[in-house]
Amino acid sequence: MLSVERLAFAYEDRQVLDEIGFTTGPGELCALFGPNGSGKSTLYRCILGHLRYQGYVRLDGVDARTLTPLQIAQRIAYVPQQHTNPFPYTVFDMVAMGRNPHLGGVFGPRRADLEICERVIDSVGLLDDSQRPYHTLSGGQRQLVLIARALAQQAALLLLDEPTASLDYGNQILVWSIIQSLARQGAEVLVCTHDPHHVLQFCDRVLALGRAGRFIADGPPEATVTPELVATLYPQLRDGQAFSPVRRGATVRASDIE
Amino acid sequence: MSSLAVIVIAVVSITVGAYLIPMGDVLAVFGARLGLMPADNLHSAVVWDIRLSRVLLAGAVGAALATSGAAYQGTFRNPLIEPYILGVSAGAAFGAGLAVMVDLPLSMQVLAFLFGLAAVGLTYSLARVRGERPTLTLLLAGIVIGSFFSAIFALFQYVGTDEQLRRLVFWILGGFYRATWGEVVIVVPATVAGVIWLWRLGWPLNLLSLGDDEARSLGVDPKPLRRVVIVVSTALTALAVSVSGIIAWVGLLVPHAARLIVGPDQRYVIPLSATLGAAFVMICDDLARTISTGEVPIGVITSILGAPYLIYLLRTRVSQMGSV
Repeated sequence: MLSVERLAFAYEDRQVLDEIGFTTGPGELCALFGPNGSGKSTLYRCILGHLRYQGYVRLDGVDARTLTPLQIAQRIAYVPQQHTNPFPYTVFDMVAMGRNPHLGGVFGPRRADLEICERVIDSVGLLDDSQRPYHTLSGGQRQLVLIARALAQQAALLLLDEPTASLDYGNQILVWSIIQSLARQGAEVLVCTHDPHHVLQFCDRVLALGRAGRFIADGPPEATVTPELVATLYPQLRDGQAFSPVRRGATVRASDIE
Repeated sequence: MSSLAVIVIAVVSITVGAYLIPMGDVLAVFGARLGLMPADNLHSAVVWDIRLSRVLLAGAVGAALATSGAAYQGTFRNPLIEPYILGVSAGAAFGAGLAVMVDLPLSMQVLAFLFGLAAVGLTYSLARVRGERPTLTLLLAGIVIGSFFSAIFALFQYVGTDEQLRRLVFWILGGFYRATWGEVVIVVPATVAGVIWLWRLGWPLNLLSLGDDEARSLGVDPKPLRRVVIVVSTALTALAVSVSGIIAWVGLLVPHAARLIVGPDQRYVIPLSATLGAAFVMICDDLARTISTGEVPIGVITSILGAPYLIYLLRTRVSQMGSV
């Protein structure tokens, strides 16, 4: 369970995050929604302990500042945007690195770890590609590899950073439905996104991050992601270009998890 | 397998030189030294005192340069760098040169290490662009720092005495013709220790090559790890430079060859780089002392082999890495 209390962060003299507070729980797919530059990634980096912040981040009630990177990695799995790597690691190599927080020795994964990796690679549908070099995959497949790596990490909380930002439409829906099924299986998932349609279609809850680095809304997407909220977050949209909400699919309802 | 090959190459290397010593005689000298045979072989002095120390030193230097190259590449997330390109070799040579020029209470190896460390630190901070260190700026920063140290080193040659000058020239082109057992007993064990140390860090080095934020989110604290890897790699490089001068490209060529064989996993790349590096430098040194009547500096041979290889890598690999 992630609980953030009165978190604030400033780069030199610019306040990026202010008075951030929220709690998420198991099985909840929560969107962190806001325009580029609103501080979504910065909030992730605070939660992960990469930045020094004011306020508190608690993981199952424990102050995250008292945890080592290894202990945090046992509790939070972070999925970055798909990227390339200068070294030609295979899909399997990439996923196996997700086992790092659970390794006892110094010399890498053991047989039981490798079996876990095979299972999670299968669960994202990449078993046939597991010996291919990661950098030769398509963007969508690379994103799935990073999700599989987070699954191999077996952490209770998943943080995803714009997981569909550079993917085509088909891959966006594929990645979102995998994320959704993870939450249905009990994972606690926080996804940052700038797309209101994705929030409405897939998420259980939305935290809207405004330009001043404060939350301006928190609630179930249908009630929260209104044309007014979207117009506030994206002032460059003129009247008439305003966003029109798409109805959520019948299979996906916030009430499912309550 | 590869360590067996290194031993075979070492024995063959002992046979070649200013004149050929048959393999049987070489093995007979070893037998005599181990007390298995009468010690009346006429080649004993050449085999034991000149060739064996030289071959061991060449192997150690090759292992040190190749391993530190592999480790630097992983920790800087950049497969195109090596101790020479980063300016570490020039910094270490400067340190060794300084020991020749002024009488400091520190040994040549320590000075080589300190200035090697200074060079890599300068290169690393100079290469920083908006919190990242792209391939090109890292290469450029290394060239700048390397030529700065080389320039001061060149200045030493003008202010030095004849005796100092004679000793300084050695570091510019590199070589093993001065190899002695006194160096072997320091350099060989220290290299083995450094290689094993880096080998043990192979797994976390894999994670570090994903970038600092990702490594950290997977449970590896990047800063202390990078610090250890840079210090150990620089110590290995400094050790190599202090006994053999600047030998370029080994740290680039060899880890790449290792990756072609076993893939990018540092747990395998590091030990294979060590053995391939030892074999490569022993062979280059064999060439250095046989292709002409005099000695050809070994740095000349590795540069002739290495420069085309870097061009090849730049043309084929960089676009696919997308990180220039």
